Amino acid sequence: MRIGIVCPYSWDVPGGVQFHVRDLAQHLIGRGHEVSVLAPADEDTELPPYVVSAGRAVPVPYNGSVARINFGFLSAARVRRWVHDGDFDVLHIHEPASPSLALLACWAAQGPIVGTFHTSNPRSRGMIAAYPILQSALEKISARIAVSEYARRTLVEHLGGDAVVIPNGVDVGFFERARPRAEWQGGTLGFIGRIDEPRKGLPVLIAALPKILRELPDTRLLVAGRGDEKEAVAGLPKEMRERVEFLGMVTDEAKAELLSSVDVYVAPNTGGESFGIILVEAMSAGAPVLASDLDAFAQVLDGGEAGQLFTSEDADDLAAKAVDLLRDPARRAELRDRARRHVQRFDWSTVGADILSVYETVTQGAASVAEDERAGLWSRLGLARD
Amino acid sequence: MDFPLSLVWIAVALFLIGVYLSWTAGRLDRLHTRIDASRAALDAQLLRRASVTQELAVSGLLDPAAAMVLHQAAHAARQAEEDQREVAESELSQALRAVFEEPEQIEALRRAPGGDESVGELAEAARRVPMARRFHNDAVRAARALRRHRKVRLFRLAGHAPFPLAFEMDDEPPTALTERVAR
Repeated sequence: MRIGIVCPYSWDVPGGVQFHVRDLAQHLIGRGHEVSVLAPADEDTELPPYVVSAGRAVPVPYNGSVARINFGFLSAARVRRWVHDGDFDVLHIHEPASPSLALLACWAAQGPIVGTFHTSNPRSRGMIAAYPILQSALEKISARIAVSEYARRTLVEHLGGDAVVIPNGVDVGFFERARPRAEWQGGTLGFIGRIDEPRKGLPVLIAALPKILRELPDTRLLVAGRGDEKEAVAGLPKEMRERVEFLGMVTDEAKAELLSSVDVYVAPNTGGESFGIILVEAMSAGAPVLASDLDAFAQVLDGGEAGQLFTSEDADDLAAKAVDLLRDPARRAELRDRARRHVQRFDWSTVGADILSVYETVTQGAASVAEDERAGLWSRLGLARD
Repeated sequence: MDFPLSLVWIAVALFLIGVYLSWTAGRLDRLHTRIDASRAALDAQLLRRASVTQELAVSGLLDPAAAMVLHQAAHAARQAEEDQREVAESELSQALRAVFEEPEQIEALRRAPGGDESVGELAEAARRVPMARRFHNDAVRAARALRRHRKVRLFRLAGHAPFPLAFEMDDEPPTALTERVAR
């Protein structure tokens, strides 16, 4: 199958959607399909052979933050050319509701289009105003995929319609194969994520730490991620600060090793998550997971069957649950065992097959993807330049 | 030359309204095409599911009682008239769930020669029916939303196309069948 994938976010900036698109493209190529990815990228970035640059994304204030966006005549022309030259059987657009490359692609193409909705932004006034514009573009998507039941619910509430749920994929085997490092073992808690992003929840974990250390003084907290390390532990008593070790940014291999070493992986996120890929990675590596009870997390953890949940933003509850887990090797082994069985559904072999089923469902009997001749007012008036 | 400016404005306004209406008609046309395609895909998946079920029923891999239940339900689903289709397909889903409720049944089937392949095909078919149905109903909803709009009704932009209907059925696959545990 010839598959065109549109990634709306810059290829040179690390992020969940980018990683997902990269892994999906590689998985599909591994299965013998022809894949081309269109993504924004700086001119001097080195791109894998399957990625086509859509030019540099421009930072623009949008919806309360700065978004890096491709728009305008040149970008639109590039998208059209890519659609035209690619002659795809199916077009897979990620995050189609964002005002970017994804929307441009929706606008420029017709035929079998699949859209994956990753984040679930709360409804804003700007969104409501943009609704008619968005709707006419989103109407072209023949199949919608949401990454979780939670993302699907918000999608249905905001845009109407329906979607199938296919989770994000993880290379389970890669994490399973990782071997623990001795220096990271022995009463350790793990945390991976941006240190200075409050929604990742490190402050909640730091607030819970004194209580945990009172019960189990030998506990160590290992933190991997970017951010100001001094500021992060500023709230802790001096003698406790040395119980927190910062590892900085880690490679994928080190991340897998860290996850397979720790006694408990803690995900104290306070919101803004629509999936929780890190939980799946932790479960794959065999780390018992303790996570806040966000909708998305509860779903990934099979409603608390495959991991322990605590009340979100409640440091006392976190501390109590963490102490219980650290003291109870049998419970940890049980969670590990259940998690190992549960993660199979997130493995690329399963997720990739499901995504291919969607492609096959929408392409059955349909013509291939083509430029949408009706896209522009200019072409309607017969003024289009070729 | 004395030419009233207001006439020019009226002409421009009429022209713009015309462009807008023609654009809306284009949108609607595209949605109807999408509905036709998604309905064809749904029909194909339903037919596939019924065929695989029927094949399994006559394969001799199942006990006679289960085989009869499945054969009857699959036959009814394939022969159903358009207005009975949703009910017949739902009954096939229920029959599949009843027969494949226990993981043991599936394991036994897998061990039989050729059984693994049949189970795989059935799981695939049972998984794709809800997918195709969601995509179809999603298209129907989008078209209905647009068709209920005043401008579409007033100017009869939908022409003679029938008002699109969603396909409602029980398409829940048997859990033991879709649960892909590590083997």
